[in-house]
Amino acid sequence: MPELIRNGVRIDDSFAEAFDMRATGLIITADTLHWARQAALSMTGFATSIIACGVEAGIDAECDTTPDGRPGVRVLLFAGSTAELQKQLQNRVGQCVLTSAGSACYAGLEGAERLKLGDALRYFADGWQISKRVGERHFWRLPVMDGEFICEGTTGLTKSAVGGGNLLLLGASREATLATAEAAAHAMARVPGAILPFPGGIVRSGSKVGSKYKAMIASTNHAYCPTLRGAVASALDPDIASVLEIVIDGLSPEAVAEAMRVGLATCIARGPEQGVRRIGAGNYGGKLGRHHFHLKDLLA
Amino acid sequence: MSALCLTLREAPAQRLDLSMLLPERLAALSPAEIERLPVQTTRRAMRLGDVFRLRPGDAKEVVIEGGSARFDCVGACMSGGVLRVIGAVGQRAGCEMLGGHLLIEGDAGPFAAAGLRDGVVEIAGDAGDYLGGTLPGERTGMAGGSVRVRGSAGARAGDRLRRGLIIVEGDAGADPGSRMLAGTLMICGSASGLAGYLMRRGTLVIGQFAKPGETFQPCGLDPVFPRLLRRLIAPYSADAAAMLDAPLSRFMGDLAGLGKGEMLIAQS
Repeated sequence: MPELIRNGVRIDDSFAEAFDMRATGLIITADTLHWARQAALSMTGFATSIIACGVEAGIDAECDTTPDGRPGVRVLLFAGSTAELQKQLQNRVGQCVLTSAGSACYAGLEGAERLKLGDALRYFADGWQISKRVGERHFWRLPVMDGEFICEGTTGLTKSAVGGGNLLLLGASREATLATAEAAAHAMARVPGAILPFPGGIVRSGSKVGSKYKAMIASTNHAYCPTLRGAVASALDPDIASVLEIVIDGLSPEAVAEAMRVGLATCIARGPEQGVRRIGAGNYGGKLGRHHFHLKDLLA
Repeated sequence: MSALCLTLREAPAQRLDLSMLLPERLAALSPAEIERLPVQTTRRAMRLGDVFRLRPGDAKEVVIEGGSARFDCVGACMSGGVLRVIGAVGQRAGCEMLGGHLLIEGDAGPFAAAGLRDGVVEIAGDAGDYLGGTLPGERTGMAGGSVRVRGSAGARAGDRLRRGLIIVEGDAGADPGSRMLAGTLMICGSASGLAGYLMRRGTLVIGQFAKPGETFQPCGLDPVFPRLLRRLIAPYSADAAAMLDAPLSRFMGDLAGLGKGEMLIAQS
């Protein structure tokens, strides 16, 4: 594969293939930032891939201002369909945010199309729910054992979201690859409107479409497995011993591109000796996803 | 382009129904047609040109220079634009409004904003009885929009309030929030009588009130809601927002009825 070299790091002439997704956002507040994050972490747990989790979710940012003035975080959720997004939103807020001490939940995305939030959860109050509308905003107040759970009636939905942006980081050692991936994920997580849904923002089990087993819709990306080198048609160079992937979902193609740009810059700046030797991107030949993020276009 | 302006020629000798002075209606008329508009009166038939001197302009904003307590139904059923009255108005100002912005730079008579559905009503002076309340024969009062009174309100403000926000920055007369169905009524000053009498749901906030009736029971208050409400109403009234900074007592009632309303009283 033709390559570019930046600061000694080889950049594949390749592209990340990403897909249109539905997305929504929430602002979760609590008495302390610790408890706001606790609710958000519970809600975004088991939300790494729509393959089996139904939704991909993560914390976008800590909020400088929130509707009730308390500390809060913004959470983004991505799914393949509006119906699945609505189902996951309702279940996850109901089980993970409503239950978290001192929490409240507000719309975190504007938009004409709406998803039910408090409108779906209000029945938990068993008739004691209080509807409160001020101006254009509508809230539900649900009595709970530590006071009240306040939840906005609806939140916005966007159909312009993109899921599946990615970077493949190929290093000479497991330690160096992980350290670089951590640094890149840390920097990419600061990009507004983009999340990294996998644990710590990093995925070690990149997948390909299909499997030898009929029941499996995805299976290990054997071309990038160092322990299969020699047994399969490997995509790995002789100096590569470990590969990690960073997957990005964004509210817009621009957010995904910006996160990939930041990740590339971080990895290149670390250089090949203490970082990764090569950077690639995963795609399906360009036939499945509408969005193609070419690495060469994202280099500074 | 400046606003369409109507200047009062002289104090009216009889009550005048000015419900036709709506920005959306005047926009479709020529100046001559506007001056020929008939005015409903109690005695002598009149045309609008008999009452006001017209200065043509953009009817998206209509200004009435010179008010009178005999001007009834100003802004009634208005659905858009801005209607500003420099002076007082009579009864039913802004009643059953559907949208737009009605600004009264003076006092308003009874039934101001009664049956309001949407839009904004601002009264710089005092309001009469039944502010945002129920018109005779109607089952519910105000059902949307917002009302701000810089001065005080008469008796039974927010009677049968169904939805929306009423803020009285001064005092309220007897029985504010009577028969409230829902919505939010905030009185920054004092209230008298049976506040929240027979209210079913909704939120009644009072700055100074000695003691709610026996059919209101003290109950707990989660501090998050006042913080949220404070931020939501800050664009409407700084005084009302500041009232929520004080410690609040919460009572549920009226238990003589459904009893799912709440009264928040600032602890002075």
